[in-house]
Amino acid sequence: MSTYQWDWGIILQQVPESEEFYYQWLISGLGWTIATALSAWVIALLLGSLIGVLRTLPSRPLSFIGTAYVELFRNIPLIVQLFIWFFVVPELVPTVVGDWMKRDMPLPEFTTAVFGLGLFTAARVAEQVRTGILTLPRGQKNAGLALGLTLGQTYRHVLLPMAFRIVIPPLTSEFMNIFKNSAVALVIGLTELTFQMKQITGDYAPSNPIEVMTLVSLLYLSVALSVNRIMAFIEKKSRVPGYISGGK
Amino acid sequence: MIEINKISKWYGDFQVLTDCSTRINKGEVVVVCGPSGSGKSTLIKCVNALEPFQQGDIIVDGISVADPKTNLPKLRSRVGMVFQHFELFPHLSITENLTLAQMKVMGRSKEEASQKGLAYLDRVGLKAHAHKFPGQLSGGQQQRVAIARALSMDPIAMLFDEPTSALDPEMVNEVLDVMVELAQEGMTMMCVTHEMGFARRVANRVIFMDKGQIVEDCAKEAFFGNVEARSERAQQFLSKILQH
Amino acid sequence: MDINLGNIWHARDFILEGLQYSLSLTGFAMLIGITAGTVLAIARLSSNRMVSSAAATYVNLFRSIPLVLVIFWFYILLPLITGIQMGADKSAYITFAIFEAAYYCEIIRAGIQSIPKGQINAGLAMGFTPAQNMRYVILPQAFRNILPLLLTQTIVLFQDTSLVYVVGATDLLGAADKVAHRDNTLVDMYLGVAIIYFTISFSLSKAVKQLHGKIAIIR
Repeated sequence: MSTYQWDWGIILQQVPESEEFYYQWLISGLGWTIATALSAWVIALLLGSLIGVLRTLPSRPLSFIGTAYVELFRNIPLIVQLFIWFFVVPELVPTVVGDWMKRDMPLPEFTTAVFGLGLFTAARVAEQVRTGILTLPRGQKNAGLALGLTLGQTYRHVLLPMAFRIVIPPLTSEFMNIFKNSAVALVIGLTELTFQMKQITGDYAPSNPIEVMTLVSLLYLSVALSVNRIMAFIEKKSRVPGYISGGK
Repeated sequence: MIEINKISKWYGDFQVLTDCSTRINKGEVVVVCGPSGSGKSTLIKCVNALEPFQQGDIIVDGISVADPKTNLPKLRSRVGMVFQHFELFPHLSITENLTLAQMKVMGRSKEEASQKGLAYLDRVGLKAHAHKFPGQLSGGQQQRVAIARALSMDPIAMLFDEPTSALDPEMVNEVLDVMVELAQEGMTMMCVTHEMGFARRVANRVIFMDKGQIVEDCAKEAFFGNVEARSERAQQFLSKILQH
Repeated sequence: MDINLGNIWHARDFILEGLQYSLSLTGFAMLIGITAGTVLAIARLSSNRMVSSAAATYVNLFRSIPLVLVIFWFYILLPLITGIQMGADKSAYITFAIFEAAYYCEIIRAGIQSIPKGQINAGLAMGFTPAQNMRYVILPQAFRNILPLLLTQTIVLFQDTSLVYVVGATDLLGAADKVAHRDNTLVDMYLGVAIIYFTISFSLSKAVKQLHGKIAIIR
């Protein structure tokens, strides 16, 4: 450690044999991280809510589909799932589609990462939504039905609005996870933040890894902090008077 | 034995105890009663420092509870306490509940501890349940075990914090019987309870608390016998509790 | 394209070695993680401000940055600090133990906080010191209550060990990946490891669910 040559200026230096600077690489990486996480979150939230609801329905086949989805996507590591979406699926689908995926699909790494991460996170969101619905007193559903609402209306107007408020705290941590998990997509070549860090410390500036890694870690910390603030704000806005949110 | 000198306690701005003073002599049985929220449970928890207080002092067997130099674990090990919700340790068998503190706090051997513990368990009539777990006993049985657990430590005094108020009515008497027996043997006891029958039978003194203050502190005979001489609040309380 | 999972079987010795590494990494990180996590949890609940905020910083730091990044950190940092070139396989042991401690800590802390005040008072009233009370009254109950959560976290940990791939360690995924590139059998190998991970994680989580029903503490 004593022989380490500190140079915090490394970030501001120009990349050898190029017009660019290292900090520009990191900013672009942060951009891809945020874009990937936010896009995947949209998929995770929509699909996850749907599957979470499926699992609470009285219909056997529907709740089985929900359960199967959750078990499948929760019990295979994300990195393996990304490999499968990126390398395996194009070989298994009909040739026309496979060739399109390999040659013509726009932004292949980004698209795969968004879908892979979104489908993976949907399973976790589904579990939270389901728990949220099951936490509600049974009487709520009966009260909705007794007023003459259909089952669909009862979910839409009675159960889901409360369930979502209850699951905001656990969803916050899933929302944070999706930013962290987006780093895994570097294995399929997505040029997100950790990818850029690895590229800089591996091939371009291998003598100053600590400075670069510290900066990247601080960027992740500030993302986590911002997400936390935003979700706390949403939780506050959606609080129901007299009802303790997060209810356990 | 227990001297309470001008105790005051606040939760933030809210004062829960105001200038409470009393003393419990060796061999005396003192019953503390009063409406809920009157501070009686808080007061008894102050005696073995489970609740901190900001003013005043409590002297137990010559040792100050408020003194930061006092070895609280040692002091507590000499004062037995029985709780409203029994608080047996659910992960331990009845025998282990009786012996754990004897071994870990008093340094007794396993044989000595279980001999002592089982003797007290026998006294409360539950020897046959030694191998069971707390969750397998009824509330009344659990509370009797809790009394045996406290007695196993050879306490110089016993504190009872509403020992029967979490029990189903038919189980109250089995616990009170044990307490009466204990009182008749000369144990020093401070009991927070609404059981006025118990107070009539064995108490030497009755303390009545309201709004964090000790309103009445007098001999049992005076408390029950000369109701007109009592404060208005105590009369109201007594009329409510003795109606039936 | 045809799928031929027999390719996994042909490379079984190498794949099994990888799986063995994944499992031993999981076991080691679990043991050290739970031990250190317990210490951290007690520290977080300490009334000493310095101690509790130091522990909170540790936990929040590791919970805010991606595991992949932490793996790179230690891979580069450990040889610099220790002066020993230990390689990806060995440095991963230290990385995961340190990282997982933060996650186990939060579970254990919740377990400790779930013990009712009355139990703590009862222990103190018996004359236990706060440390004895923690050891004999609080922790045994807390651990029984959170055992399913600790095991579930360990299943997550098992899956997360696949991330050591990024520094080239030969775990289950790393082994399969090496075979895949040698024999050009990407499809079979990736599907094969997915099936292996799924089978192990799924059966473990089923077992945890069964256990959950059994150990619910009698009150």
